Amino acid sequence: MKATVSVRPKPGILDPQGEAVRGSLRHLGFDVTETRVGRLVELELAATDAEAARQEVERMCEQLLANPLIETFDIVIAP
Amino acid sequence: MTTARAPRPKVAVVTFPGSNDDRDAVHALGLLGADGLPVWHADEDLPAVDAVVLPGGFSYGDYLRCGAIARFAPVMEAVARFAADGGPVLGICNGFQVLCEAGLLPGVLRPNASLSFVCRDVPLVVENADTPFTSRCEPGQRLVIPIKHGEGCWTYPEAELTALEAAGQVILRYEHDANPNGSLSNVAGVTNATGNVMGLMPHPEHAVDPLLGSTDGGLILGSLVDAARARMAVAA
Repeated sequence: MKATVSVRPKPGILDPQGEAVRGSLRHLGFDVTETRVGRLVELELAATDAEAARQEVERMCEQLLANPLIETFDIVIAP
Repeated sequence: MTTARAPRPKVAVVTFPGSNDDRDAVHALGLLGADGLPVWHADEDLPAVDAVVLPGGFSYGDYLRCGAIARFAPVMEAVARFAADGGPVLGICNGFQVLCEAGLLPGVLRPNASLSFVCRDVPLVVENADTPFTSRCEPGQRLVIPIKHGEGCWTYPEAELTALEAAGQVILRYEHDANPNGSLSNVAGVTNATGNVMGLMPHPEHAVDPLLGSTDGGLILGSLVDAARARMAVAA
């Protein structure tokens, strides 16, 4: 199975990277009011059951891929 | 400060792939009357030591989040056991980041608010001098110690900060108008609840020789050496 994990800065957490990107986008003439920059993690899993795969990836997120103090994550599982 | 006859405690200095201040830490500890013992990250045990230093650098290339990979190094389990036994553990810069990611210290270090790498001397204020890391300082004392980091913005749930402060866990702050990274409440260094694990972003090991300017770092590392010496005396 494949899993795609999106890790995002939590709402309310200052995201200086997003601010810098927003400034550059505005410099290019795009009217952007907010930019948040996160991280995308693509995984290939040995698991064949979608629910088992989801649970496994959740544990990965809790233990390593995201820091719960500052980040949220969501998971998309695909065959 | 240090007398030549005082027994020299042993302090482990861990080298991760990408550490670059490990030798400076060993050198500084030597000047302050301790023997710094280099320890490799893949070692599963610590040698018989009286304190541990996790030095600065860019362990594992700071991949994912700074410190996030290093916390899984085999030696970190031994460091956690040493800390649980009450042993003094000091994390400097990247070492601070590793200890936060390992859950041995509160909070997490994020990219500087400016997004710039900052390398300069910063003025600090000692908030708590009753710790194994600041016993040579006075409460409220002003120290000048260099920083050099891109990810030193200490972040913590704001609602829980008061409790941390009340417990005396905020040890060092940047001076009021000199916060170099946007850290919450100007925090520069914190301890764990039991007070025997500390992390700080400034580099005390780079401020021990008058040739390089400030020697205020010697107050921090010297306090650690004192704590290590006391632990050695108890063990003996």
